[in-house]
Amino acid sequence: MQRMKAGTDVPVTLRLNGRSVSGRAEPRTLLSDFLRHELGMTGTHIGCEHGVCGACTVRIDGRMARACLTFAVQADGRAVETVEGLAPETGRLSVLQEAFKRHFALQCGYCTPGILMSLDTLLRDEPDADEERITEVLGGHLCRCTGYAPIVAAALDAAARLRGDIEDV
Amino acid sequence: MAADASVNIGRARPRVEDAALLTGAGQFIDDLAEPPGCLHAAVLRSPHAHALIRDIDTEKAKQVPGVTCVLTGEDLAAVSLPLVVGLKLPMQCWPMAVGKVRYAGEPVAVVVAASRYVAEDALDAIRVDYQSLEPVVSAMDALQPESSLLHEEVGANLVNDRRFRYGDPGAAFADAERVVEITVDYPRNAVTPIECYGVIAKFDPHAEAFDITANFQGPFSMHAVMARSLKVPGNRLRLRTPPDSGGSFGVKQGVFPYVVLMAIAARKAGRPVKWVEDRLEHLGASVSATNRRITLKAAVAGDGRISALDWDQVEDVGAYIRAPEPATLYRMHGNMTGAYDIQNVAIRNRIVVTNKTPTGLNRGFGGPQVYFALERLTAKIATELDLNPVDVIRRNLIAADAFPYRTATGALYDSGDYQRALAMALESDTYKELLARRDAARAAGRLYGIGFAAVVEPSVSNMGYVSTVMTPEERAKAGPKNGAQATATVRLDPLGGVGVQVASVPQGQGHRTVLGQVVGDVLGLDPAHVAVVTELDTARDAWTIASGNYASRFAAAVAGTAKLAAERLREKLAAIAAAQLNVRPDEVVFADGKVAAAGNPENAIPFARLAATSHWAPGTVPDGAEQALSETVYWTPPELTAPDADDRVNSSLCHGFIFDVCGVEVERATGRVSIERYLTVHDCGRILHPEMVDGQVRGGFANAVGAAFYEEYAYGADGSFRAGTFADYLVPTALEVPAPEIMHLEMPSPFTPLGAKGVGEGNCMSTPVALANAVSDALGREVTALPLTPDRVRGLIDEAEPPAPAGSEALPEPEGARTLRGEGEERFAISRDALWATLLDPATLEAIVPGCHAVEQVSEFQFHADVTLGVGPVKDRYKVEVLLSDLEAPQSATLSATATGALGSGSGTGHVYLVETPEGGSQLVYRYQASVGGKVAAVGGRLLDGAARMVIGQFFRALGRHADAERRRGFWGRLWARLTGLRMGSGR
Amino acid sequence: MKPAPFDYVLAENAEQALAVLAQEGDAARVLAGGQSLVPMLNMRLARPGMVVDISRLHDLAAIHAGNHAISVGAMVRQADLLAHPHLADSHPLLAQALPWIGHPQTRAQGTVCGSLAHADPSAELPLLLTALDGSVTLRSRRGRRELSAVDFFLGMMTTDCAADEMIEQVRFPAKRPGAGYAFREFSRRDGDFAIVACAAAVTADGIELTLGGVGDRPHRRVWERLSGSALDDALNEFAWQSDARDDQHASARLRRDLVRSLGRQTIEEAQACRE
Repeated sequence: MQRMKAGTDVPVTLRLNGRSVSGRAEPRTLLSDFLRHELGMTGTHIGCEHGVCGACTVRIDGRMARACLTFAVQADGRAVETVEGLAPETGRLSVLQEAFKRHFALQCGYCTPGILMSLDTLLRDEPDADEERITEVLGGHLCRCTGYAPIVAAALDAAARLRGDIEDV
Repeated sequence: MAADASVNIGRARPRVEDAALLTGAGQFIDDLAEPPGCLHAAVLRSPHAHALIRDIDTEKAKQVPGVTCVLTGEDLAAVSLPLVVGLKLPMQCWPMAVGKVRYAGEPVAVVVAASRYVAEDALDAIRVDYQSLEPVVSAMDALQPESSLLHEEVGANLVNDRRFRYGDPGAAFADAERVVEITVDYPRNAVTPIECYGVIAKFDPHAEAFDITANFQGPFSMHAVMARSLKVPGNRLRLRTPPDSGGSFGVKQGVFPYVVLMAIAARKAGRPVKWVEDRLEHLGASVSATNRRITLKAAVAGDGRISALDWDQVEDVGAYIRAPEPATLYRMHGNMTGAYDIQNVAIRNRIVVTNKTPTGLNRGFGGPQVYFALERLTAKIATELDLNPVDVIRRNLIAADAFPYRTATGALYDSGDYQRALAMALESDTYKELLARRDAARAAGRLYGIGFAAVVEPSVSNMGYVSTVMTPEERAKAGPKNGAQATATVRLDPLGGVGVQVASVPQGQGHRTVLGQVVGDVLGLDPAHVAVVTELDTARDAWTIASGNYASRFAAAVAGTAKLAAERLREKLAAIAAAQLNVRPDEVVFADGKVAAAGNPENAIPFARLAATSHWAPGTVPDGAEQALSETVYWTPPELTAPDADDRVNSSLCHGFIFDVCGVEVERATGRVSIERYLTVHDCGRILHPEMVDGQVRGGFANAVGAAFYEEYAYGADGSFRAGTFADYLVPTALEVPAPEIMHLEMPSPFTPLGAKGVGEGNCMSTPVALANAVSDALGREVTALPLTPDRVRGLIDEAEPPAPAGSEALPEPEGARTLRGEGEERFAISRDALWATLLDPATLEAIVPGCHAVEQVSEFQFHADVTLGVGPVKDRYKVEVLLSDLEAPQSATLSATATGALGSGSGTGHVYLVETPEGGSQLVYRYQASVGGKVAAVGGRLLDGAARMVIGQFFRALGRHADAERRRGFWGRLWARLTGLRMGSGR
Repeated sequence: MKPAPFDYVLAENAEQALAVLAQEGDAARVLAGGQSLVPMLNMRLARPGMVVDISRLHDLAAIHAGNHAISVGAMVRQADLLAHPHLADSHPLLAQALPWIGHPQTRAQGTVCGSLAHADPSAELPLLLTALDGSVTLRSRRGRRELSAVDFFLGMMTTDCAADEMIEQVRFPAKRPGAGYAFREFSRRDGDFAIVACAAAVTADGIELTLGGVGDRPHRRVWERLSGSALDDALNEFAWQSDARDDQHASARLRRDLVRSLGRQTIEEAQACRE
């Protein structure tokens, strides 16, 4: 049994986007703050800190999770994936990211990392996800700029390409 | 020189902004590296809507390890000046309350500490002693002379009352066949960006200079307000913006008071201070749109032609007229006749202050309020005159050949063909389908309606329009204010690369992409070779008070100014090239990265080589050109003149047009409205980037769906804020927002360099009222308020409720007030006299109040208690004061209580009645009313009522258990003795 | 908006968690999926001195499907129960209602038992437990006890779970032969807490209707076979007696209206499922 005292920093090690990284956190440190300010991974954004807006959505052990509703200590030893890990390599974009760009599915880009993590998870788990299912998953996010329609279009386009229904241009 | 090639303008090029944003490499304010030694601030906020601050005890907070300092209103007032208010009034508006709080959520203290976590710990340790005052919550209450004063120095809550007359409205109304009138209420809402405010403040004590980075959006006229408040000259307030900003929609104008607050905090701390607003702070205390009560009358002929309008507007700006307010009220002043040719207009504009958050910029800015009245009225005219609403709109539209058209109130409409836009919508298959669907739905007994809205969308604000609030005499004294300066710099580097800098500060609108296209087209370059910087640094960059990203000014003003700067540079480059190519400058062509002689593409030099010339060989620059390195253009349109002596004002430069048609179905049983189809036709002048234009339309539409059905910054009757989380302030998601169909009609503006007009705000103006008109059509009832919640829609359907079966009546509803109320009863084995004695004994209170730590009897009928109250895991320690009154021993009493804790405050009154039971026992019946403010009300409104019932029920059940136990111990004789004393006391 | 400080215990087995709860009592809160508790911690509405993380208690992450009931351990996420094979056959009501809980992102982490422990009167799971006559197994160092939904839910966000107890598992009885089930919910937006949610079961013997979102906990009514205006009258009585209140999202009147209209639709749908 691990017991950690309030106010003391403890080491936390994650497998972050496939690489082992460590930092220190108090028991109460939110994973969102730990990623951004301890590990310097600022792609995961904070929009509400009560689990509604979805901007901080990451993947923990393969499942979607609100980083703002997770303590860093809870993620110790787990696989955490963030928006920084989506692109296949530096200077390239993933199929979903490319589709977002092609469909103008982002404007300010602040909510985008969380939306990408949710939709990337959906298309990985359910390659045949249809518009209704995509909209349902997107329903767990707030975006103030786009009106959502281009995001749905981008996800449908990416899904088709990932299935091989459409050849990449 | 040949004319523009325009190979890129008008094309939907991929956005240069996207790759970084898609990979998590954006640079938002909270992503930036913190300055060395940076500390973190948290803000303590008032749980009261209206209260005097008797004392703030910060000693314990200062002792919290990691805390550097605590700043209160008094500290702030000692070193700074109040923020300028929008009217000449003795009203003090500070970034933090000084002596008095005027809205729930108003800053009261700032803690600066090693981390945000620690700073929030210290907030919990601050004790504020408030004396609560009667709140003024509604705008109409604020009009009452006897309403509780927010600002004693001002002397009234009605702070401005202006009347305007254009043409001869009196005669028009006297001659009118009909007068149609509507009274509407537009609610408080805001387009809540997903990124909240952020400020990083530094102070250099040697230079006495502040260096601030904030995700401020402009207008930079606020820079002057901030510098004045900080008591430094403008050049000692360096204000910078981060490269990326997570949405604004006007709202991030409202970060400016926090710039001042954090600047002073950094000065006091002696270290850089960073503050990032959280969502609870943002929803409760950033800015919102104004709520407005409008009564609008039209003088109408039998065919629906309107000859005059009479506006009576009551604008609620919240607790202060914080600059740039009352701009929301005057932004539309030139447009009070909308898209219609109406020459006679009367306007009365009243501004009131209430105990709510101060208002500010918000997408649509004044337009949603004005059009909710105007377009509801045109629909009502159709209903009353039994006309087709489309005919009423059509008969009043400004004629296509009337442009440029001067409105009665002074706006100069630049271009348009409203009839054509109408025809595009009405001849569409969508509209035909809507008509068919309505027929079918109605035939089947369902509620289906079609709504329209015709809206003129102003853009590029005249910086002088707000001065219309002053009388012409006051304006003459103050000196003219006008114009809309935009600035842009185009520069060349030593390798011939092109850089562009503008003072526009985008929050996702893709300015860098569009500016690359605009400048690329002028210089014959691929936009990818143009590097654009949009973050602003007031110490380095060209800017003016009009700089910033607001009033939909980018495409019309800023992009146009960049074009002018690029053209000026091109002219100089052409002179240099002409010498090298042996042609006249007007024969030089810029295309495909080359500069060539017209008609002879072989005679060419690479653009980069030519562009580098001024760096490497300034001697070759022809006489008169001085340099060909950099051009900065300051542009202001001559059309934007100051308001004239007759109060006519050209409040905006450009005027787009929107015509919307939509169909909705209303579910009778639930009041839920579903949007079936939505068609929106836009004239935004020349389109620079079609996908970005549509993106603006869709985004504004989604915001408007929120305003129409979901979003309201709701307040309780006690001034408590009730929409403190995203589970209470309902922003529509992908599941609620359909995709609108968009059509375009391009009528270029003759007043802007590129012919573009603004487009970002129009649907926030047109869509709420178009949807309201559709609901009105579906129900055959007059919609006068938003948002159209299920309750509001059900109220319009107005069906009688099946009566309650005998014995199960609900409590009577109290009028208007959203207070908590309840009743209950408990039975006791002890006699009524014994129960009475028990109830009035402090020892009883201490024993029975759940979580009671101590009770102190302050006077005979007054008790102070330290109590842990709560429901489930939601618990906090409260200071409770109880007063007993109206004692009628042994049968009834009134208990008044207040509770104050870190989660908020509450007050309530309960009446208890003691009855003897036939078995010799007793029964206690209680009724209470309570109100709760502060965080717990803002975030837990959904559960408050149940929680109050639970806590109060616990009290009386515990009383029962205690009384029985006392009886068994035989102690009540002692208490009876006390009771005798009380009876004597109550007899006095 | 950051949580107040707390001690944190990462339990490796149930005994450890229970030992800590026995020692800390009311000062400790159990953390499972975190979707209800952590927002309250972030807002400092709740400030327990200790948080006991049970997420590594893998024994409690199991779903056991029997002939008569499905048992769901304390660490089973809502998404896992929803994805359980044959759920629609054995527990049609759960299969219909679980997608109404929050959003896919919160269901991926939120646990079934956590939502029950939170006992929000508008949440779907307390309603489902009540509607299906389910039970909760509470465990402490003192032992185990099994409580019916009626005994478990005491009021708004209040249950009979003592300070030293935690929910070990919850049991949802399987579909009764010949019964039809239906679930309907009305909320402001999809994914919001219910303004009114209805679960109906129709059997040969009668009609059961359970309400969520009205009053301080789920309410169930059982009627003999009713139809037509008698059903309307029964629903009207239920509506008036269900202690509907106003809040900023809906009035008491709308809630009563919804009990009458949505209640009837739900019953009719359950009836149709039965046939």
